[in-house]
Amino acid sequence: MTMKNQKDQPAIECRGVGKTWNTDSAKPFVALQDINFEVQAGEFVVLLGPSGCGKSTLLYLLAGLEQATHGTLLSEGQAITGTSPQRGMIFQEAALFPWLNIRDNVAYGLQLQGVAKAEREQRGLDLLARVGLNGFALKRPSELSGGMRQRAAMARALALQPKVLMMDEPFAALDIQTRAKMQNYLLDLWQQSGASMLLVTHSIEEAIGLADRIVVFTARPGRIKTIVPVKLERPRNPRDPAFHALHDQLAELLADEVDRAFAEQEAAGAAAV
Amino acid sequence: MGASAKPPAKPPSAAGARVMKNLRRQGVAALWTLASIGSIIGLWELAAAMGWADPLLMPAPHVFLGNWSEQLHFFDMANTIGSSGEGGSWVGVLSVVLWTSMRVFVGLLLGFVLSLAVGVLIRYNTVFGKLSLPAVTMFAPISPVAWLPVAVFLFGIGDKPAIFMVFIAIFFVMVIATLAQIDEVPKSYIHVARIMGASKRQVFRTVILPAILPGLFVTLRINLFAAWMVVLIAEAAGVGSGLGQIVMMARNTFNASLVFFTMTLIGLAGFVFDQALGLMQRRMLWWIDADKANGK
Repeated sequence: MTMKNQKDQPAIECRGVGKTWNTDSAKPFVALQDINFEVQAGEFVVLLGPSGCGKSTLLYLLAGLEQATHGTLLSEGQAITGTSPQRGMIFQEAALFPWLNIRDNVAYGLQLQGVAKAEREQRGLDLLARVGLNGFALKRPSELSGGMRQRAAMARALALQPKVLMMDEPFAALDIQTRAKMQNYLLDLWQQSGASMLLVTHSIEEAIGLADRIVVFTARPGRIKTIVPVKLERPRNPRDPAFHALHDQLAELLADEVDRAFAEQEAAGAAAV
Repeated sequence: MGASAKPPAKPPSAAGARVMKNLRRQGVAALWTLASIGSIIGLWELAAAMGWADPLLMPAPHVFLGNWSEQLHFFDMANTIGSSGEGGSWVGVLSVVLWTSMRVFVGLLLGFVLSLAVGVLIRYNTVFGKLSLPAVTMFAPISPVAWLPVAVFLFGIGDKPAIFMVFIAIFFVMVIATLAQIDEVPKSYIHVARIMGASKRQVFRTVILPAILPGLFVTLRINLFAAWMVVLIAEAAGVGSGLGQIVMMARNTFNASLVFFTMTLIGLAGFVFDQALGLMQRRMLWWIDADKANGK
């Protein structure tokens, strides 16, 4: 009964969410304002926006690492009050622990849950196989390439079978060829796991390549400018005219915001002088 | 399935060749150590032979090492305070070296564990942190030698004041090092742990502790020599027995040979300590060296 109930609830829901830093100081900094959107169960949503628009902050709020100053954040209808293994997160740098080998890194979440050593080692190996890293179990993070490290980080997050996987520019530090491969990996994992995905990026191609819906942010303070559904069939081809049209549309939306951000920075610079 | 992915088996001689290479490298390093010590002895002997060094004040190595049989009786087997020498064998020498080493070891161990605990408490308990950090910062620059009277007031004479001196020599420095190391732990490591549901205790045990240990070991190794200097001062200045006391007695009885003989023992003991700590560091913190080798 409860299962069905939970399925009806969106995996993630934001209602009037805002975040202001340094609320006590003379110069409070409004990072996010009036954010309203939801991620349905199994949906792939991308947050797209210029740098510094607060989209990473939103992920930190949803992960439970930071507290919102306004509004409500819900996960399957329940208020988000702290971190939860239900909501996994992957960072731009893989953040694997250098003192553990790859298998133990991947099984770290299982270790926290008190899973017995033999079992978590076996599950670690299974997870590594899922991300194509069999044979690297006993290597250390520094022995792997950036793309492999990020795949290990994905396996580590998937180990706890999260309902939502959040990613903060996970491929930004990788070269273009590796990026494309990693995006395919991610889509495969998404389809296998059935988890909802919420990915932050400033790359329009990445957003169109992955998303069911793209949430476009304004420049500071971060607000939702518009939400663009992507109706293209997967696998998506960047040479497809429809892909192009969508790209142009998004580029135009973002160009306005980048212009605004620049003008604001210049004004701030002039005021400081 | 994995038949094609299986890498070709390594030639059996590869491991053997690596062992040989390691042995050769260690052999070369040992030769340089010998050459380093040899050239100092050579220069000293030369100075003695040319008559530049007074044989009474600066006896040549072959003299103070050669008349060891006369020195042995100064090394008492029992750890007796103010002993004037009832020993007479290498066992006595060994036991004096071991008594001093024990004081260094216990002092280091206490200092390491307590400074780690206090450093962690300062970072995790706001009130304790605000109360104690200024005091720690104030105590840190005070020379351990200044603590000597305090050591004697508190512990009288014997092992305890010497251990206390070693402890105090590293404690404040290590507390500050612990704080610096904790502050340097990448935030993303802590975030990863918290998102996966780690409790505060689990974050500490599985992230903070392994992340700060390498830096703490480096600090400990650097301060090892300071610990050796301090223990000798403590032993010499009336605390009682051990190598420091023998150096002081040699000074008082104008026995230059005994001074240099004991100095040689101190140097050797310090060297062994440093090597042992280095070995421990490599065993416990295996990923550091390996990462360095990979250029990370």
